[in-house]
Amino acid sequence: MTQPPKSSTAPPGSGVPTMPVLPQQSSRPGAPAPRRTPDATPARRTALAEGVDRLRAAATTEPGRLRAIGALLAVLVVAFGAVTAWQTDSRATAADDVLHHSQPLSSDAADIYRSLADANTMAATGYLAGLQETTATRDQYELDIRTAAAKLVTAAANADPGSSSATTIRQLNELLPEYKGLVESARANNRQGFPVGGAYLRAANDTMQTKMLPKAQDLYKNENQRLSADYADATPYPWAAIALGVLALGGLAWAQRRNYQRTNRVLNQGLVAASATTAVVLLWVVVGHTVARAGLNDSYDHGVKSLNVLHDARIASLKARSDENLTLVSRGAETHELADGTVMDAYDWGYDQEIAALGKGLTLADSLADDSAGRGPVAVANSSMTVWIARHKKVSEANNAGDYQKARDGVIGTGDATAECFKSVDASLDKALDHETKEFQRSAGDGLDAMTGLTVGAAVLAVLGAAGAVLGIGRRLSEYR
Amino acid sequence: MRARSDFFRRLSAVRRLRASLRGWGGVGAMAVVCVLAVAFVLLLPLTQSRGEAGTALGGQRTVQGTQARADNCTDSTAQNLSPAPSDAEGDTIKAIKARGVLKVGVDQNSYRWGYRDPNSASGDLAGFDIDLVTAIAKDIFGSSYTAQSVQFLAIPTNERIPAIQGKRVDMVVRTMTINCDRLKDVAFSAPYFLTGQQVLAPKESTITGYNSSLAGKRVCSAATSTANKRLNYDKTHHTIPASVDILTPVPNQLDCLVELQLGQADAVVTDSALAASQAAQDPTVELKGKPFTTEYYGVAMNKSATDLVQRVNRILETYRTSPDGWRASYTKWLLPTLGKDSSSADPPTPHYK
Repeated sequence: MTQPPKSSTAPPGSGVPTMPVLPQQSSRPGAPAPRRTPDATPARRTALAEGVDRLRAAATTEPGRLRAIGALLAVLVVAFGAVTAWQTDSRATAADDVLHHSQPLSSDAADIYRSLADANTMAATGYLAGLQETTATRDQYELDIRTAAAKLVTAAANADPGSSSATTIRQLNELLPEYKGLVESARANNRQGFPVGGAYLRAANDTMQTKMLPKAQDLYKNENQRLSADYADATPYPWAAIALGVLALGGLAWAQRRNYQRTNRVLNQGLVAASATTAVVLLWVVVGHTVARAGLNDSYDHGVKSLNVLHDARIASLKARSDENLTLVSRGAETHELADGTVMDAYDWGYDQEIAALGKGLTLADSLADDSAGRGPVAVANSSMTVWIARHKKVSEANNAGDYQKARDGVIGTGDATAECFKSVDASLDKALDHETKEFQRSAGDGLDAMTGLTVGAAVLAVLGAAGAVLGIGRRLSEYR
Repeated sequence: MRARSDFFRRLSAVRRLRASLRGWGGVGAMAVVCVLAVAFVLLLPLTQSRGEAGTALGGQRTVQGTQARADNCTDSTAQNLSPAPSDAEGDTIKAIKARGVLKVGVDQNSYRWGYRDPNSASGDLAGFDIDLVTAIAKDIFGSSYTAQSVQFLAIPTNERIPAIQGKRVDMVVRTMTINCDRLKDVAFSAPYFLTGQQVLAPKESTITGYNSSLAGKRVCSAATSTANKRLNYDKTHHTIPASVDILTPVPNQLDCLVELQLGQADAVVTDSALAASQAAQDPTVELKGKPFTTEYYGVAMNKSATDLVQRVNRILETYRTSPDGWRASYTKWLLPTLGKDSSSADPPTPHYK
């Protein structure tokens, strides 16, 4: 039987009597292969059994073993490359979705939510001002409605048909004209001096606060879930690829050690090249992902979380503002009974709730802000809110004392009115949102950049590595021919 | 030796048993106490609630209720329980004069009764009720009366009585019907307006009044209003067709006009004064049929302010007859929708206690 050369320098052919090496290499296509012609086999066995036999026979010879090792190494390295490419591609796609798809959609949903709440606030402010309604208020109202309508179209285009988001968008699309109709009726009646205008405004406000805003909030939450899902897809380590990489590297190391033990040769260039490329890909995967994860996690912790809190705070300030206006428009038309039996004006009560929510939101936003540029506007919003609360107290006192004119001036007037405070809160939150959006885009962009080229690089390098392994083994194999 | 250790072992076993028994005993005792406490709490209202079931406000109301019942009050004559007019100045009037301001609870959403005209630069309140308040204030303050002498406080319907009881206002002039329930808590002046529940529907509607023409129609009423109670009572007692669809009550009677205009309701039931107020805001709707109840509006005041009640009654006497009084106000605010033939078109004749 074949004996593999124990000494490294043994020339081929010295102790190999059964295997003619040369004829096979120079055999012409027409010439029949002389090896293995078991013509005297009594009965044919199954192809599988024959194959197994042949493999078993091959495994007993060194070239056979080398062939198997070469094939195995090549398969390992190629599999490593393929799995790496696949896993990093899915992560890079998810990270790209975070940055360019789900976050913008979540932001759009937040815009719908905000525009609707803002429109409602502007409608109430305009109504309270009556004939003194400013063009700015009216224009802002119209702009809000247009923004909401336009963003609903974008959201609809990105929603999966039949999904809960699609249903919510459809319902919002139905409610928007209904709401606008109520506001216009309120305006028309108010212009004629009919108090029923106030009832229309309350109906509009009710439609907005109890039907539309909760739906807009649902939509926003849905989009945020999509965003979270994309984050969950983008951030985990590609463990399968890493495991295969380690296995491939281990296999290559073992093959080289075996080679060294059998031949005393330290370097097999092909195998070394294969090991190097595998190691590079593995390192690239691990480092790239670590950096990408850091960027993405940062964009979530300092971007998305802050954005959510700021959006919520902004909605609370808008609701507080519309309630503050409605308290004066329809004082006494609706009441809310507290748990202890005290009866309050429904809108006065609503204002208290929303201002409290705003205060909580601002405290949370402050704790989430990670730099002075983020903390600055939140602090401004907070101090404006404090002034707002103080001024609102005076407005309430005037209103409770029956001094309607003073109360109205305190809400929509020009000097020392709560309007100023609300505008400051809104502008500061807008600034903070802008800052956090940039923070998010920068961090998530960094994360995405860390994965650039990883998919293609892994694939190309893996093919090169596999080729190196095959060449390395082939070189060793050629010594038997 | 052995016997002794055996004894100790037995002793400790007894002690352990006793300890565990004591433990269970404590738990058992606590359980018994809890059960007793729960039973006591549950049974307590039963022992006290006779004749007062469902009233959450407690003792004070019960006492007043007995007093009112002692007056033999019936809703149809409740308007006749006000004290005779007098010019005498008691503590209440003196206090108001010293303060220089008459605090009045009014409505700011009832067109032609008490509402704020958004197109008037001052944003002042106006209406039939507001005219009456001005007349009262002018009389009380005399020559020292100015526009600042009255503080108008817009109060919700369900806050009218608490505001008077808590003395946040001296009086409430807010389309408030005199009835026995309210007389338990507040005092009323002599009636200043006659009204009654009435149906409001579009002019084109087939509805002719509070009758079988309401069959299959959606009817709107305000929450906790007389109208809503009557509708539900009459439906269960088959005075009106069973097919009448009584809509979910709305927070404010004005919301019914919104439902009517939006086509969500076919008719509104409210008192004729407020129905007239609604009709005044929409030329396509009108009052249908005659009022099917008789109610009187009164000025509500604190039960202890008898001098003020008597004074208001005196003021009402002149207000009813004076040419720039009641009739002028009616002509200005209510004639266009209620007309001159309405039973409301004349001030009700007072009867005193």
